[in-house]
Amino acid sequence: MAGASKAVADSRANLPFVYRQYSAEQLKQVLYKMYLIRRFEEGAEESYTRGLIHGTMHLSIGQEASAMGICMPLGEDDQITSTHRGHGHCIAKGAEVKRMFAEFFGKTTGYCKGRGGSMHIADVAKGNLGANGIVGGGIPIAVGAALSSKMMKTGKVVVSFFGDGANNEGAFHEALNMAAVWKLPVIFVCENNGYGMSTSTARSTAVKNIADRAAAYSMPGVIVNGNIFSEVAEASYKAVERARAGEGPTLIESKTYRHRGHSKSDRNRYRTKEEIEDWMSNRDPITLFENELREFGFIDDKGIEAIRDAVAQEIADGIEFAKASPSPDVSETGNYVYTEQA
Amino acid sequence: MDAMVRELSYAQAIQEAMAIAMDMDERVFLMGEDIGVYGGAFQVTGDLVDRYGADRVLDTPISELGGAGVAVGAAVTGMRPIFEFQFSDFATLAMEQIVNQAAKMRFMLGGEVSVPVVMRFPAGSGTGAAAQHSQSLEAWLGHVPGLKVIQPATPYDAKGMLLAAVADPDPVMIFEHKLLYKMKGPVPEGYYTVPIGKADIRREGRDLTIVATSIMVQKALDAAATLEAEGIDVEVVDLRTIRPMDKQTVIDSVKKTSRLMCVYEAVKTLGIGAEVSAMIAESEAFDYLDAPIVRLGGAETPIPYNPELEKATVPQVPDIIIAARDLVKGVR
Repeated sequence: MAGASKAVADSRANLPFVYRQYSAEQLKQVLYKMYLIRRFEEGAEESYTRGLIHGTMHLSIGQEASAMGICMPLGEDDQITSTHRGHGHCIAKGAEVKRMFAEFFGKTTGYCKGRGGSMHIADVAKGNLGANGIVGGGIPIAVGAALSSKMMKTGKVVVSFFGDGANNEGAFHEALNMAAVWKLPVIFVCENNGYGMSTSTARSTAVKNIADRAAAYSMPGVIVNGNIFSEVAEASYKAVERARAGEGPTLIESKTYRHRGHSKSDRNRYRTKEEIEDWMSNRDPITLFENELREFGFIDDKGIEAIRDAVAQEIADGIEFAKASPSPDVSETGNYVYTEQA
Repeated sequence: MDAMVRELSYAQAIQEAMAIAMDMDERVFLMGEDIGVYGGAFQVTGDLVDRYGADRVLDTPISELGGAGVAVGAAVTGMRPIFEFQFSDFATLAMEQIVNQAAKMRFMLGGEVSVPVVMRFPAGSGTGAAAQHSQSLEAWLGHVPGLKVIQPATPYDAKGMLLAAVADPDPVMIFEHKLLYKMKGPVPEGYYTVPIGKADIRREGRDLTIVATSIMVQKALDAAATLEAEGIDVEVVDLRTIRPMDKQTVIDSVKKTSRLMCVYEAVKTLGIGAEVSAMIAESEAFDYLDAPIVRLGGAETPIPYNPELEKATVPQVPDIIIAARDLVKGVR
């Protein structure tokens, strides 16, 4: 990824990591994508309310900086495994929102041809091996992908996203141990949004910080403010460097918050309105990043307005694309169970 | 087929198949618990680690769930893992990855990936290992669309079906009865495959079709030899694959013999015998039946430790003889 030139970098020497590392264009693109994630989630929610999407979904509003920051240093060949709250990861890794909407609408033009929906959204061509309906299900799979990378010497780095709930699953512990024993190029990213469904980490998890668990597997455990893009991106950058150098895995705990409930059935009985309001008003990741960009002179109000307008257009176009796309034929119900062989 | 044919044990046949697969394709590797210098709990991998190195004969921690997941992840991203469970009972620890991930990933992703993983499960009773190391859980996995489930019954099939499994783009679960590991039989040198999804008629007969799986194939053949002396001519169908099942071979056999008995070691209820019986009841072979269908399966109990009790828990040759005699003579 082409970053800031030497002269520009010198002039930004006292700024946080991303402003030294990346060009203005790249940073504006990040803001664009953070808005794209936010508006995608809102568009999906609205479509659900209107009955255009069935089932359920888990929105990542409030966690945009975490998805974008982690994916910032990844190349197109690098891979991720994602979670039930995976729309943001999918967009951050390069997916097109129109094909994501199409998937949520159950259409053949969707990434999974309408077979997966929100909970299995994937974009294999861009390295997203899929969201997962099973808490912790993707973690060992990411380790397997990293084993492939090491055995085939492809140089790929694999990121496994999961939530705070997953850190109490056996799969988490087995996977971290194997990755450390075999020094695999994988980064474990725990997006700790404070609650596994309704149960707070304080009530579910014996350690204060999930990153503390890294010590049990002899890997670095890094805590970042998941709502500050630069902090997340810097931690990810270092973990990617370490992985590519063959030094093994890192556990990053990205402390963040989901503005919406766990899923569409959530009545928010386990947290206060004041708590939610505080995170939305004072710690919104998009607002924080936007303010920094403005303060450091990377963008002005006009530029921000242009980004918002362009995002709104892309979302509107995406929903129209999904609406206009064909549904799969009922006769194709059995497709993709097995690989079609000539 | 000019390949030299030797007598090999079932375990040797599997080991030879894995070596051939690794020679042919550098993406193939083995993983599992104590499969390296130890040689595997049943010495199936044997000395392969000396020939292929510890990277391709990869000892895992005691982590069945994580290990199975790693195998799935490696398979999705270009490798061809063969994952050995130490005992098939330990599939229970890895069900999440087998059932939710391996079996469904291609489907959930709309055909964008394949999951060419092979998992090997030493199964069955008869070793005195008691209730947690002796089960036959193949029907559990046979219930899951997206998986293929096979039970080779001879050294020849063990080699040929394993090589077919490695070549298969989808997840293949192989259940190997532990008492078969020492069974010897003719095995050609070199590469050959035995197709997944094809049953085999091990013995032709006119009076009764016995559909058997795994170790019960040999027991059915032994019973058939005794019954022949009594003038009862038994046809033995080795199902070989339980998903996808070769229905036609069974239907054709029942149409010929007009009697059906299913013999399998797993617990009788809700098992492969129920599936085969129902399949026949739904088919044109139903009209050909001259007698009720009989199932001989494992007792409705965990496998006991005491050797006499253990034996009594699963069908033995005399049980098959008696049941077949009664069926043909209309006692039932």
